[in-house]
Amino acid sequence: MRFPPGTRVRARATDPDHHTRLPRYLRGQVGEVVTAAAPQALPDDVARERPAPRVETVYAVRFRGADLWGSGSHTVTVDLWESYLEAAP
Amino acid sequence: MTGPEEHEHHHESLPVAARVRRLEERLIAAGLTSDEEIDELLTRFYADASPVNGARIVARAWTDDGFRDRLLADGSAAAAELGLGPQTSDFQLRAVANRPDRHNVIVCTLCSCYPLSLLGPSPGWYKSLAYRSRTVREPRAVLAEFGLDLPAATSIDVWDSTSEVRYLVVPVRPDGTDGLGQEELAALVTRNGLIGTAAV
Repeated sequence: MRFPPGTRVRARATDPDHHTRLPRYLRGQVGEVVTAAAPQALPDDVARERPAPRVETVYAVRFRGADLWGSGSHTVTVDLWESYLEAAP
Repeated sequence: MTGPEEHEHHHESLPVAARVRRLEERLIAAGLTSDEEIDELLTRFYADASPVNGARIVARAWTDDGFRDRLLADGSAAAAELGLGPQTSDFQLRAVANRPDRHNVIVCTLCSCYPLSLLGPSPGWYKSLAYRSRTVREPRAVLAEFGLDLPAATSIDVWDSTSEVRYLVVPVRPDGTDGLGQEELAALVTRNGLIGTAAV
């Protein structure tokens, strides 16, 4: 597991021209890993019918509503595949 | 197609329902299936899919602390303990528990992912663009529109189901239910309570 719970991570600010499950509203945002789920096939590869889709750890990453929207006291937790994430300082 | 929720929520008027119907008509015209066959498949599909399943899980969690701990640690394994293994075989179940000071609510911003086998057919509003876009942005206002006015001191955690994990909210057990048995407790739990758009 590359990002243990408590790790701060940034959702990649990419804009792929293929299917992805990285919601646009999170791109470039920093959150904290809450927990990890069992590995899952990467939807980006599955959708492109890659013969051997990558299988990655899926992390539940918690973002502050105020970081995402500029206001709000809530949090938003999203399941993100490992390659959607990079370590945040 | 005449699934139960079509009548309940008037999905006939949704563009996607018209598209699905057109597809069905093409398949039927090509001799690949029939209305009867589709109805039979759907009936079988929905037979084991009911919010009664999710309510049973919650009632057990309310009355058995050991089960509650196991449920929060590994939802799928806990569901299997109650004989709900088949209903949870195609996803990982993650249960999230409400507390008086923290409320959970589920949404799927990308589509409409939802543990249908434990909650029954998803309500029309769950698939609506308004619910999907507003819940991550202003959950307190959205919940108030459902009639759930949370105290200002209660914080809100929104869970966006983007992967093969499916979520189930465990509501706070209502006051005054000490004497109730499992079945009576389960009867208190609503589908909206399991999504987080109602208190129970």
